[in-house]
Amino acid sequence: MKKLLTAAASIALVSALSISAVAADKLKVGFIYIGPPGDHGWTYQHDVGRKAIDARLGDQVETVFVENVPEGPDAERTITRLARQGAGLIFTTSFGYMDPTLNVAAKFPDVKFEHATGYKRSDNVSTYAARFYEGRYVIGQIAAQVSKTGVAGYIGSFPIPEVVRGINAFLLGAQTINPDFKLKVVWVNSWFDPGREADAAKVLISQGADIITQHTDSTAAVQVAQEQGVNAFGQASDMAAFAPDALLTSIIDNWDDYYVDRTQAVLDGTWESMDTFGGMDSNMVNMGPFINMSEDVKAMAQATTAAITSGELHPFAGPVYKQDGSIGVPAGETLAGFGLAGMDWYVQGVDDQL
Amino acid sequence: MSPIEAILLTIITASTPLLLAAIGELVVERSGVLNLGIEGMMLMGAVCGFVATHVTGSPWVGVIAAIFAGIATSLLFGILTQTLMTNQVATGLAITLLGLGLSGLIGSGFVGLPGIKLANISIPWLTELPYIGRLVFGQDPLVYISIVLTVGVAYVLNYTRIGLIIKAVGQNHDSAHALGYPVVTVRYACIAFGGATSGLAGAYLSLVYTPQWIENMTAGRGWIALALVVFSTWLPGRLAMGAYLFGGVWILGLYAQGMGVGIPSQLLSSLPYVATILALIIISTNRRLSVINTPASLGQGFVPDR
Repeated sequence: MKKLLTAAASIALVSALSISAVAADKLKVGFIYIGPPGDHGWTYQHDVGRKAIDARLGDQVETVFVENVPEGPDAERTITRLARQGAGLIFTTSFGYMDPTLNVAAKFPDVKFEHATGYKRSDNVSTYAARFYEGRYVIGQIAAQVSKTGVAGYIGSFPIPEVVRGINAFLLGAQTINPDFKLKVVWVNSWFDPGREADAAKVLISQGADIITQHTDSTAAVQVAQEQGVNAFGQASDMAAFAPDALLTSIIDNWDDYYVDRTQAVLDGTWESMDTFGGMDSNMVNMGPFINMSEDVKAMAQATTAAITSGELHPFAGPVYKQDGSIGVPAGETLAGFGLAGMDWYVQGVDDQL
Repeated sequence: MSPIEAILLTIITASTPLLLAAIGELVVERSGVLNLGIEGMMLMGAVCGFVATHVTGSPWVGVIAAIFAGIATSLLFGILTQTLMTNQVATGLAITLLGLGLSGLIGSGFVGLPGIKLANISIPWLTELPYIGRLVFGQDPLVYISIVLTVGVAYVLNYTRIGLIIKAVGQNHDSAHALGYPVVTVRYACIAFGGATSGLAGAYLSLVYTPQWIENMTAGRGWIALALVVFSTWLPGRLAMGAYLFGGVWILGLYAQGMGVGIPSQLLSSLPYVATILALIIISTNRRLSVINTPASLGQGFVPDR
């Protein structure tokens, strides 16, 4: 029922947008959002990227977006609708839009598609993702330094490679400081449900976690951390305003340059299907200000950030052991390609099962 | 605070918005009206409660504003379905969509602003009691209001003349009309009551649960409340049980995950739904009782013969 409604809402919204469409010769760039731009997290940052296109290429491009589109068949309908209404480039900004995006792309060979965080491509579907795990490694180190109980709580959305990678990188970072560091994982099976995210944070704190980190989209968990006097990390966007005393730093997604470049490529006719996996080096992943920590910890975090940016440090440099003790990444190698993109195993020390 | 205490407190917080929204809808449905717009009314309550609190600095003003926002939205539903005789299902869905859009519009300037939390009550001595102090005497006021409302609704429906009239109107509006009861007026009043409690449920989200305004922050709770009403066979006691069971299984599922119990998280996430449905099916196996309680005129418009 809810899906039906949201779909109806999306369709209504798309129709409304299409009415306001102006000059037909402008390139129309569409965005599909999993949540509302007002989530101050994941979708918010994509919308910041959309606005960057407006700001820098506004004279040649017109952007439209549809928010709160559920993953699954409704997504396919909404993407089709955008393509039919003349969008020349469509960004689908959640993992679950992967197959819908490919299905629609097959029907509209002239429209370019960009799917975030997926791994399936075709002639007119590119994929792009950010190496969030680089930031996770940094915050893992900070967590191990700051934590008094030696236990962190991790609020996960769905057990997909993107999230598993973050959990692993976080713990690997923490283990460089405290080899016995514990990580409790709770899945809420939603990208955006403030109430559930808050519940998960409360449960984790009651189980001894004094650091809360999340791979969900709202600011609810950091607010719980603030209220209960533990520390937290912001996800996707700078969340310091929501937890001024609790927040240590945030991992910030920066899509601006990528979105503008890809739009420019379509305008120039040079767009090609490709896979982009940008990290700190390409400015797609930024760290927010390091606050509420001692100067020593701050210096360490900055040094790690610099080392990852320069390529000197790779969070998944071997040897990395899997949860069962077998070798995940052999010594002397670093994980790349599908090993990284399709990660489906935990590193040693995670207190959860996939 | 012991872990058990912390869990129980979290369960109560998770269950209260469901109970608040559902208890109003129970009365609405008992009067023979099906209002599917709970989600929309909750969102309107949530946003108006947050905005009023932010502007005045007082969460209580926010609570009042949320109640009125819920009533206003529900009366729109009332005018459409009771006076203009539109289809109740379609109108309810429209109210949900309207609430989603309108609340986003009203709240657009308030996204990301820190909220003020409705403070928990604190009674000297009692709240400091070990184990039960915070649970029994230290909740936020809306928890007590939700319990008082549930008991009140049960009392009114079972032991008062007003309750009998509401049930008569819901069972057979033609007979109720023939007996001289103002069918449409009774339904308007019930719809407004449902709007008020949905507004309160929304205020619970934006003033207690997660004190901030985020678009679509109800995240489907209105639909769960709606399902609870049906599965409780329109009985307030079962409804409260269902709401707390749902919240309880949900929080315990999270707790089990945090403990590292090797149960797939997807299964744990679906457990609240499964458990609630199972429990309510088992207790409603008494078919006679279920049939008696089902409002026979549910969802049908009433046009008085002139």
